[in-house]
Amino acid sequence: MTIEAATNPHLAADAAATGPIIHPRWVRVTHWINALAMFMMIGSGWQIYDASPLFGFEFPRQIALGNWLAGALLWHFAAMWLLVINGLVYVTLGIVTGRYRRKLFPIRPSEVLHDLLAALRGKLSHDDLSVYNAVQKLLYLGILLTGIVIVLSGLSIWKPVQFQALTSFFGGYNTARYVHFAAMTAIVSFLVMHVTLAVLVPKSLRAMIVGR
Amino acid sequence: MPRQRKPVPGVDPKLLIKDAAKLLPEPSRRFFLRGAASLGALAVLSGCDIIDGDTSENALRVISSFNDRVQALLFNPNTLAPEYPENMITRPFPFNAYYSEDEAPDIDGDQWQLEIGGLVDNKRPWTLPDLAKLPEVSQITRHVCVEGWSAIGSWQGVKLSDFLKAIGADTRAKYVWFQCAEGYSNTIDMPTALHPQTQLTLKFDHQILTRAYGFPIKIRIPTKLGFKNPKYVTAMWVQNNDAGGYWENQGYNWFSGL
Repeated sequence: MTIEAATNPHLAADAAATGPIIHPRWVRVTHWINALAMFMMIGSGWQIYDASPLFGFEFPRQIALGNWLAGALLWHFAAMWLLVINGLVYVTLGIVTGRYRRKLFPIRPSEVLHDLLAALRGKLSHDDLSVYNAVQKLLYLGILLTGIVIVLSGLSIWKPVQFQALTSFFGGYNTARYVHFAAMTAIVSFLVMHVTLAVLVPKSLRAMIVGR
Repeated sequence: MPRQRKPVPGVDPKLLIKDAAKLLPEPSRRFFLRGAASLGALAVLSGCDIIDGDTSENALRVISSFNDRVQALLFNPNTLAPEYPENMITRPFPFNAYYSEDEAPDIDGDQWQLEIGGLVDNKRPWTLPDLAKLPEVSQITRHVCVEGWSAIGSWQGVKLSDFLKAIGADTRAKYVWFQCAEGYSNTIDMPTALHPQTQLTLKFDHQILTRAYGFPIKIRIPTKLGFKNPKYVTAMWVQNNDAGGYWENQGYNWFSGL
């Protein structure tokens, strides 16, 4: 539906249609494919976690994907291709087009502090969506790195013999499971903020759908 | 690789996949798209519960068999599973099965024989004293369960590759199939069967296997998930067709390599 919206001329034909493109098409397409892949990976991951919980709680079955362990594993190891292939396309384009360099850097600690305080006072400007504030820069960079950690720690759990050097890097098989879980927690926390802010500033959601 | 699948009412997945695959020439691309095509087609054709139902599981199994091929390529016959010092052995090492410990097969070692079949020169059954005469190897490796937990154990027995040699097995065959006393079964790929750490196990921690750990023999494969390590084995066949396995047939990934 979102891909349709991105190409639907009627949705774009409002006042903002004349403005500059904030998110090029490749960003929007990979963003929504990634959203779908993450939905499947996190949902099935919760079901897999429940088979052998690391902590004293389980995820409710109603919000987990796959019905039972085998079903969840089928989802997880199918969606991983979507996540990784889409992620590689996104990161490659982000680097070669210079988008990361332009949008995310430099990140100055003083600006992060300034923008964080402004955000907490509700005084952060959203007038120009094409420029990220310092807190956004830091969080987007952080979530990119967390994405790399969750994929590599996942790989180290999946193949602790063939990729044993990677598994050792994450502190061995058991520790790698905790790393994988911590990365999931960080991503879900980010998602809660990300979605809340997108709802609070609806034009940012529109920009990710129609581009401007 | 051919596999038993649960049937989808009103849909013949084989025909559906065949039709979709016909349209696409290049084999690797075809295989990848086949998964996507059948997922989409099955979603349209079946009205019910696409996310959590059997329908989606059947479609996802197409990708799971693609993952079997990927794992077979990732499997390096020379890569050894990490070994651990004795003080890292998990004690007590857990019993694990789909039944409780007191329901585990209780086998009389004197009566037990390992039946041999398929593509081998010598189909004479083996007894425990016969097996004890073969050279012993030992390993302390990590058993990784499909559920996520793991435990380090110590196993002694015969290298499966030595045993395959002893029975004159045709190691060009694709699979080795194991049948167990309680009806459990596994099929493994020949490269894994020939891996230097794949073991026909007679002992746990230098003691004859107890009932809980698979007496009289288990197959210890440190390069595969725990459920691909059959216990209470009664028959072994070397063959070219994939006979599936207890959990594999229900939807767990066939290769399940580590």
